[in-house]
Amino acid sequence: MPEQAAHRAAIVEYQHVSKSYATAKLPRSAPGAVNDLSLTVPAGKICVLVGPSGCGKTTSLKMVNRLIEPTSGRILIDGADVAGRDATELRREIGYVIQQVGLFPHQTVGANVAVVPRLLGWPAARQRERAEELLALVGLDPALYRDRFPAQLSGGERQRVGVARALAADPPLMLMDEPFGAVDPIVRERLQNEFLRLQAELAKTILFVTHDIDEAIKMGDLVAVMQAGGHLEQFAPPAEILAAPASEFVADFVGADRGLKRLSLTRVGEMALQPVVTARAGDPAGEARARTFADPFPYLLLLDPSDRPLGWVNQRHIPGTGTLARSLATPMSPLLDRRTTLKDALSMMLDADVQTGIVVDRAGRLRGVLTVEAIAAALRPSADPEVIAAGTSGAGS
Amino acid sequence: MIDWVWLAGHLDAIVYRTWQHVYLAALGVAIGFAISFVLALVAARYRLLYSPISALAGILYTIPSLALFAALISITGFSVVTAEVPLVMYTLVILVRNIVAGLDGVPAEVLEAADGMGYTRRQRLWRVELPLAVPLIVAGLRLATVSTIGLVTITATISDAFGGLGYFILDGYHRLTFLTEMYAGALPSILLALGADLLFVRVQRRVTPWAQARALEASS
Ligand SMILES: Nc1ncnc2c1ncn2[C@@H]1O[C@H](COP(=O)(O)OP(=O)(O)O)[C@@H](O)[C@H]1O
Ligand SMILES: [Mg+2]
Repeated sequence: MPEQAAHRAAIVEYQHVSKSYATAKLPRSAPGAVNDLSLTVPAGKICVLVGPSGCGKTTSLKMVNRLIEPTSGRILIDGADVAGRDATELRREIGYVIQQVGLFPHQTVGANVAVVPRLLGWPAARQRERAEELLALVGLDPALYRDRFPAQLSGGERQRVGVARALAADPPLMLMDEPFGAVDPIVRERLQNEFLRLQAELAKTILFVTHDIDEAIKMGDLVAVMQAGGHLEQFAPPAEILAAPASEFVADFVGADRGLKRLSLTRVGEMALQPVVTARAGDPAGEARARTFADPFPYLLLLDPSDRPLGWVNQRHIPGTGTLARSLATPMSPLLDRRTTLKDALSMMLDADVQTGIVVDRAGRLRGVLTVEAIAAALRPSADPEVIAAGTSGAGS
Repeated sequence: MIDWVWLAGHLDAIVYRTWQHVYLAALGVAIGFAISFVLALVAARYRLLYSPISALAGILYTIPSLALFAALISITGFSVVTAEVPLVMYTLVILVRNIVAGLDGVPAEVLEAADGMGYTRRQRLWRVELPLAVPLIVAGLRLATVSTIGLVTITATISDAFGGLGYFILDGYHRLTFLTEMYAGALPSILLALGADLLFVRVQRRVTPWAQARALEASS
């Protein structure tokens, strides 16, 4: 039964893997594309291969599902050498997503998503069911998208279908080669966030290739920085790559704004939130007014009966008598949740031109507020240890 | 001008010759397609063979048809084979090139995705490459069919037993340009060619709904 594969994640090991494209025409003088690569990707983690164009990332990835055969060395999945596996069978067990997506233009979206289940001989009804389940999972309404052709989709929608297709047979391992590289930055950001949310549930082992260090830091539990000629420069959690680059090359590649980049490693949920004076709509105004004036922060946060924020009320606008009307609330600060990165939080606050973000839980209920100062404090060198510790707590090593 | 009495007396013959015309053309295209399909698959699989295959088809195309009939009659006599060999030969150049172009036109990322998903070579060919080559294959069939319908008329030079509607054109010519009979051959054969052309346009639309979707998208 295919369902048995659910929630299984694979361990991938590169053992001294090299690849040289040298041929009769391109003799030994041609540098190897991958050079003695050894690393282990733990089960259920996202490992990002990052480095400049041509450094051998794609080659490294394709050796896992044997689209390319290594010149020397071995790749093990759950301890078994892939070279000993039937290539076709192996590929059906590994999700594969590429930048150009490569959807089949002559098949509907539903048929595209069901490609691997069809190859595996699932019953037609189960294929259809699975395709719909996956379309919904990647945020595409199956009723709307199932019968469309790829030509009728936007770039972002195509990428989603590509991810759904790779997930179809619930593979324990996914290979993703610049999966969000072909879409504009706004769509990319959204796809990245959605994918991280998905991965939090699916916990697949993922090998992810990008040339974009920001994407690597954001997506990776572990980041492998590669240099031209297929040399592995550093393999570590992103926080460690930023805090302690192993070489000049890594430091250069990561960029001078390493400090700022650390912001994208810390999530709101890891920060100590500040309390704020609150009151529910309909509460007595006079009492709320008094509490607000007793607090240094000159605003009251008005909540609905389920503790969901309605908006700020300036303390001077609170009437001395009567009850608090919903209409007193003025437009809100950005709403943040536990998974928002400090980088995104800061950017949302700057965009909204406010100093404070409101943090809510899944149900939209108030958890506290986060200020620009608190974020700045987290950036200070003295704050490093906590931030780094917090940032790496999610990554196994 | 038009000899209505002759026409009325030859309706049966016109119908018979029309069917013969369709039959000779369809047989030629069908056999030509079967041969081209195999040649194109070989050429697509072994790229080195593409140039020689394509060149050979090109050379066959240049052989004058009347000369070919003359040569064939000494081998295959006044049989249908003599009529069909040139028809088939002339379809090859169009069909082989279009099928290979269709297979070549499949985007590299689609092939990579197919390999990465775990298609075998054979599955990839039949389920991905050929379906995607269909627009060019049908375009080739359309061209080959229309030109074969034209060529069938000259098989009338082999014997009275062939020629389809071309029989009337040749016979009318021999009767010191009996125009009515020549028209009785020419007009229906023109209509056949136009009809075949339209038919393939519709077939094309029918079998490639995905390409229509793309066209719609591009125009909106
Ligand atoms: N099929 C091939 N034949 C010869 N050289 C290749 C081939 N594929 C890749 N290369 C070379 O190998 C190196 C690594 O390529 P690749 O793995 O695609 O890099 P990346 O994905 O990091 O951009 C490059 O120098 C590239 O030119
Ligand atoms: Mg690449």
